[in-house]
Amino acid sequence: MDIGSPGVNIAIFVIFVVATLFIVLRVAGTNKTAADYYAGGRAFTGQQNGTAIAGDYLSAASFLGIAGAIAIYGYDGFLYSIGFLVAWLVALLLVAELLRNTGRFTMADVVSFRMRQRPVRTAASTSTLAVSFFYLLAQMAGAGGLVALLLGVEDEGGQGVVIAVVGAIMVFYVLVGGMKGTTWVQIIKAILLIAGAGVMTVWVMAKHNFDLSELMGAAVDRAGGAEGLLEPMNRYGVSGTSKLDFISLALALVLGTAGLPHVLMRFYTVPTAKAARQSVTWAIALIGLFYLFTLVLGYGAGALVGPEEIASAPGGVNSAAPLLAYELGGTLLLGIISAVAFATILAVVAGLTITASASFAHDIYANVIKKGEVKADDEVRVARITAVVIGAVAIGGGILANGQNVAFLVALAFAVAASANLPVILYSLLWKRFNTSGALWSIYGGLATAVTLIVFSPVVSGKPVDPATGSSTSMIQNVDFHWFPLDNPGLVSIPAGFLFGYLGTRLSKEFNAAKYAEMEVRSLSGAGAEKATQH
Amino acid sequence: MSSLDSPTPEPAVPTASEYERMQASPEFAELRRRFRAFAFPMTVAFIAWYFMYVLLSTYAVGFMSTSVFGNVNVGVVLGLGQFASTFLITWLYIRHANSRLDPVATRIREELEGGSA
Repeated sequence: MDIGSPGVNIAIFVIFVVATLFIVLRVAGTNKTAADYYAGGRAFTGQQNGTAIAGDYLSAASFLGIAGAIAIYGYDGFLYSIGFLVAWLVALLLVAELLRNTGRFTMADVVSFRMRQRPVRTAASTSTLAVSFFYLLAQMAGAGGLVALLLGVEDEGGQGVVIAVVGAIMVFYVLVGGMKGTTWVQIIKAILLIAGAGVMTVWVMAKHNFDLSELMGAAVDRAGGAEGLLEPMNRYGVSGTSKLDFISLALALVLGTAGLPHVLMRFYTVPTAKAARQSVTWAIALIGLFYLFTLVLGYGAGALVGPEEIASAPGGVNSAAPLLAYELGGTLLLGIISAVAFATILAVVAGLTITASASFAHDIYANVIKKGEVKADDEVRVARITAVVIGAVAIGGGILANGQNVAFLVALAFAVAASANLPVILYSLLWKRFNTSGALWSIYGGLATAVTLIVFSPVVSGKPVDPATGSSTSMIQNVDFHWFPLDNPGLVSIPAGFLFGYLGTRLSKEFNAAKYAEMEVRSLSGAGAEKATQH
Repeated sequence: MSSLDSPTPEPAVPTASEYERMQASPEFAELRRRFRAFAFPMTVAFIAWYFMYVLLSTYAVGFMSTSVFGNVNVGVVLGLGQFASTFLITWLYIRHANSRLDPVATRIREELEGGSA
C-alpha cells in the first residue's frame, strides 16, 4: 500500500530535528558540572520533569504498538495500557521521593548507599546496562519498521542508513545537550505526541457522534462482526499457558516501571522530593490521558481503516496509528504523526543513552575503577565517550534486530527491570536488615533468572511455523531448545528476585547502623540531600 | 527558625551522630509511621485491585463481556475504573503528603541543616 508522501514526512521530521537542535545548542552552554550533565542542574520544575517523564515513557511501542494491538486484537491491547499506567503508583508511593532524597545521579547511588560500594555498584550498573540495552534495541528495531512505512524505504540497506542517521542525531543531542538538552527534547516530543493523539481522538469520536459504544460497534462491524474484539482473551485466551503468559506480562508491566533506570534517573533532575512527587503526578495525568486516547485510536483504526488493511500494510500492527492519521487528515496529518513517531524514538533513545553512559561513568569508572578519586570533569568526559560507544552499539544492534518483534523486546526490558532492579530498590529503601550480600543476590539472581528463562522461552526458539509466512515467530528459526513455556518470564523471575534478596540478606550479619540512620533520615526528610546547582 | 536569622543560606551537612540521634527521635518515628501507614496499605490495595482485574479478564471472560450499555461491557467499565482509581490514589497521596508528611519532614530537615541540632 502506498500512502502519503515521504517528502512531506521527511520535511516535517527535519523541522522537528532543527527546532530541537536549536534548543539543545542553547542550553548546552550551561553544562558546567557533573550535576548539570547528568541531572540538568536539578533545576527542572515538577511540571517540566513530569512532561519529560511522559516523553521518556511513551515510547513508539506504546503509541504504535498499543493502538495497533487494540485495532487488531481489540480489548486485549487495552490491558497493556492499564498495566503501564497503574505501574506509576509504585513509583509515586514507594520510590520517587525516597530515591530523589538519597541518591545523586544513578540507581546505584541509592542501592549502594549503606553497602560495600564496589561490588554493589558493579552489580547495579550491570543490570542498568542490561535493561537499557534491551530497551534501546527495541526502540532501534522499531525505527526500521517505521522507516519502511513512513519514508517508503523498503530495502534493508536503506533502512540501516536511516537507523544510523537517527542514532547519530541522538548521540549528538546527548553529547552536546547532556541531561538538559535530552529533557527538552523529551518535553517537546511529549507535547507533540499527546496533542497529535488528542486531535485524532476528538476527530475519531466526532465521526461516531462522541459515543464510545457506537465506535466499538463500528470496529466490530468493520471486522465482519467479530464480537471477540470487545471481550478479553481474544488474543491470550488460546490455552491455559497463554493465559498464564498474560498474567506474567501483567506482573512485569506493573512492577517494571519503577525499576527502569532511565525513569529513575529523571527523578534527580528536580530540586526537591516534593518536586519529584509533582513530576510523577504530572506524568500520571499525561500518561493516563494518552492511554485513554489510544483506546479510541485503536478502535478508530479498526473501524475506519480495518484490521485486514492494517495487518497487510508494511509495518503490520505498528502501522495502525499512521494509517488512521492518513484516513482522517490525509498526507499532512500522516506527515505530522510520522514525524512525532520518529521524534518518539529519538527522545527515548536519547534518554536511555544518557542513563546508560551515566551509570558506566559514575558507577563503574569513577567509583569502582578509580575508587571515587576522580575529578568531575574527567567523569563527564568518560560519560561522553561512553555515550558514543552506546550509540554505536545501539545502531549496530538496531540494524541487526531490524524486523524483530518490538513488543517482545520492551516486555523483556520490563521483566528484567522488575526482577533485577525493583527488589533491590525497595529492600534498600525500606528494609532495615538488608545488606551487601542481599543486594548482590537480588540483582544477579533476578537478572540471571530473567535472562535464562528468556533464552529458553518460545520467543527465542521453538514456536510453530506459521503456514502463511513459512517461518516461525521465534527469533531463531529451525531449532527448538525451549523448555520454559511462557513468553514473559515475570511470573517466575520477579518473585525469584525478591526471594534471592531475602535469602542473600539472611546469609550475612553485616549492618552499618550509621549509614542506615543517614539513609533513612535523608530519604524521608531530605536532610543532606543533593541541592540544585546555582548559576 | 535558625535559618531565618543566619546570614548565609548555605545548609549545613548533618553529621553521622546527628542522623542517628534524629533517627531515634520520636519526631522521626512519627514521620516514618505516617509515611508507611499510607504507602504500605495503599500499595497492597492497588496491587490487589489490579490483579483482581487481570484475573477476571483472564478467567471470567463471560462476566467481563456482559453488556453495561450498548457495546460497552463490564470489562471496559472495570478497565476505565483502573484509570479512575489510579487518578484517585494519586490525588489522595498528594493530599496526605502535603498535609501530613511535608510539615514534619521540613521541620526535621531544618533542624538538621540549620546547624542547631
